[in-house]
Amino acid sequence: MKKLLLATAAAALTAGAAAAEDIKIGISMGFTGPLESMSPNMAKGAELAMKEASESGKLLGGSTVTSVQADNTCADAAAAVAAVERLVRSEKVNGIVGGMCSGETIASLEKVAVPNGMVMISPSATSPALTDIDDKGFFFRTSPSDARQGEVMTDVILDRGLKSVAVTYTNNDYGKGLAEAFKSSFEAKGGTVTSITSHDDGKADYSAEVGALAAAGGEALVVAGYVDQGGSGIVRGALDAGAFDTFVFPDGMVSESLVTRFGSELETSFGQNPSSEGPGRDAFVALATANGFDGTTAFAAESYDSAALILLAMQAAQSADPKVYKDKVLDVANAPGEKIGAGELAKALDLLAAGTDIDYDGATSVELVGPGESAGVFREVDFKGGKMNVVGMR
Amino acid sequence: MDLLNALVAILNFVVIPASAYGAQLALGALGVTLIYGILRFSNFAHGDTMAFGTGITILLTWGLQALGISLGPLPSALLALPLAIALTAVLVLVTDRLVYRHYRRVKAAPIVVVMASVGVMFVMNGLTRLLIGVDEIQFADGARFVVSVPQFKAMTGLDEGLALRTTQAITLVLTAAAVWALFAFLNRTRSGKAMRAYADNEDLALLSGIDPERVVRLTWIIATALAVTAGVLYGLDKSFKAFNYFQILLPIFAAAIVGGLGNPLGAVAGGFVIAFSEVALTYPWKKIAEYLGFEPASLLQLLSTEYKFAVSFVILIVVLLVKPTGLFRGKSY
Repeated sequence: MKKLLLATAAAALTAGAAAAEDIKIGISMGFTGPLESMSPNMAKGAELAMKEASESGKLLGGSTVTSVQADNTCADAAAAVAAVERLVRSEKVNGIVGGMCSGETIASLEKVAVPNGMVMISPSATSPALTDIDDKGFFFRTSPSDARQGEVMTDVILDRGLKSVAVTYTNNDYGKGLAEAFKSSFEAKGGTVTSITSHDDGKADYSAEVGALAAAGGEALVVAGYVDQGGSGIVRGALDAGAFDTFVFPDGMVSESLVTRFGSELETSFGQNPSSEGPGRDAFVALATANGFDGTTAFAAESYDSAALILLAMQAAQSADPKVYKDKVLDVANAPGEKIGAGELAKALDLLAAGTDIDYDGATSVELVGPGESAGVFREVDFKGGKMNVVGMR
Repeated sequence: MDLLNALVAILNFVVIPASAYGAQLALGALGVTLIYGILRFSNFAHGDTMAFGTGITILLTWGLQALGISLGPLPSALLALPLAIALTAVLVLVTDRLVYRHYRRVKAAPIVVVMASVGVMFVMNGLTRLLIGVDEIQFADGARFVVSVPQFKAMTGLDEGLALRTTQAITLVLTAAAVWALFAFLNRTRSGKAMRAYADNEDLALLSGIDPERVVRLTWIIATALAVTAGVLYGLDKSFKAFNYFQILLPIFAAAIVGGLGNPLGAVAGGFVIAFSEVALTYPWKKIAEYLGFEPASLLQLLSTEYKFAVSFVILIVVLLVKPTGLFRGKSY
């Protein structure tokens, strides 16, 4: 009798859980590896959106959302494929926020996500190669392609009156894509690229690279690398040897750890990373602060938006099945519809449940163009006075 | 004037950085070569011994800084170095007692001991990370430059600048001192002669009353001292990151093999050969040529920097093909 009662109770419990589904969202990021200092706040950003939707009780009739983190290492495509494989097969997630770096994202998308029909929304994979990839509609990103960043960087450099630069890039899909996009854009607008060479991350010594770049010359050095890796090694070497005084930093380098490392030595240097401003961003930063983390760090806001888009698309499709809700991602992200900012997920879920169209702007003024990537607002920063200052938006 | 500019540019971008890097490799290769010569196996755990010792040094340095003790313009890590060497040597001797002694007793084939050292490498790897973490740490304090680029330009009025970092100067001085001390020890003292005798012929050494365990202990202690010194110098000059010490094992072995495994003089030469070939062969000579009155259309770069590792390995292969025992006759077991 007792056993029967227990079994009935257990059955009742499972039945209850099934009605209001437990939705799992994977977070595939490089918690170790070349971008490990950016990952924690990105994951927190994504989890913030999940918590918000979960606590509102309005997602798919009161479903809860839990996150499952997976370390894709950013650098090792095989490790990333294994991590995403785990998310899809054993954790059975309903969607993935990630990957983080371009090469690893391409690998896990082609090998795991597309064959298994899993939606991936990346907050930070920016390689131009991802624009043309055959993703069968399962891949989106809330960051702009580096083709766009190349154009922005060109404008930033030319506006500062510099005409010739040397370029060094980290030897992977991200570095190569960005460096080449920049080179073609810069040369089209009349600039000169004196040298374009790669550097490998995690090497013992960068004197050879610095020597070669110094010999090629140029008014500034563009460092398309990673701040926790070879990028900083090159900057350190170039500063010490007096090879360059002015550096241009794209998104992989713009971070507080750059400032901690070099402080006042970057007086004339500048850079840009995807970021927006306005009420949506302010709301996100306030929300992040209330939840105990810094929302201004690179790609934290994009991560929030990635997770939010997955959840809103689910609500619009009334299904947590990635094969179904993938078609709704562009609908909720773009006009027409009622504008939704960061922290307004409950309202958006209500509107969608009532069948009203929404236009999700979120923390980064999300507007997905082409095959589903952000149009891209960049902020221009400089490092005067030993700290990072935002000097404009582009 | 232009000739001077050319000279300064070569010094600044080739000679100084390659010398400092070469000295760090040489110290590392000396340790590898000593172990190979006397204990007769390639110690793969050497890079991680460097990392572990450097980790201890950093902890001690932080302690010194907290106490307000410093060496003025020199980095305080130098003050912490002797104690760090002693602590690391204790760990290494314990490892020898627990792992390697067994293989010596059963007279295991060298390859078996090499594999055991790979195991030790992974354990050390983990220990270092437990001790100090995976992050990059800058622990150089004191004056950063002996001469910096703006100072040099103001002093000489040349267009080209020259920078000599304090850490580079210390690296060169300390390496010279360590190499001198090692050679004096091996050639002049009784214990040093015992070590060489043991290396030359183990059985004959035993017959003449040399205590083998003492020789083994001495070898480990000296190799550890060299490894920790190399690790600290490298960390001061660049920065400490546990993973990079694993990577540096490759050029260190290349240096030891090029010079001739088991030959201390070869290890030093090998370190500089590897470092200079990496930097000099990939240096574009355009600027130098311009100072000398030519107007080259290209960068005059023999190889692009992506190939710098290929350079060391080509040298390695050529040496192994042409002179398998290395530039300075080493040993092979």
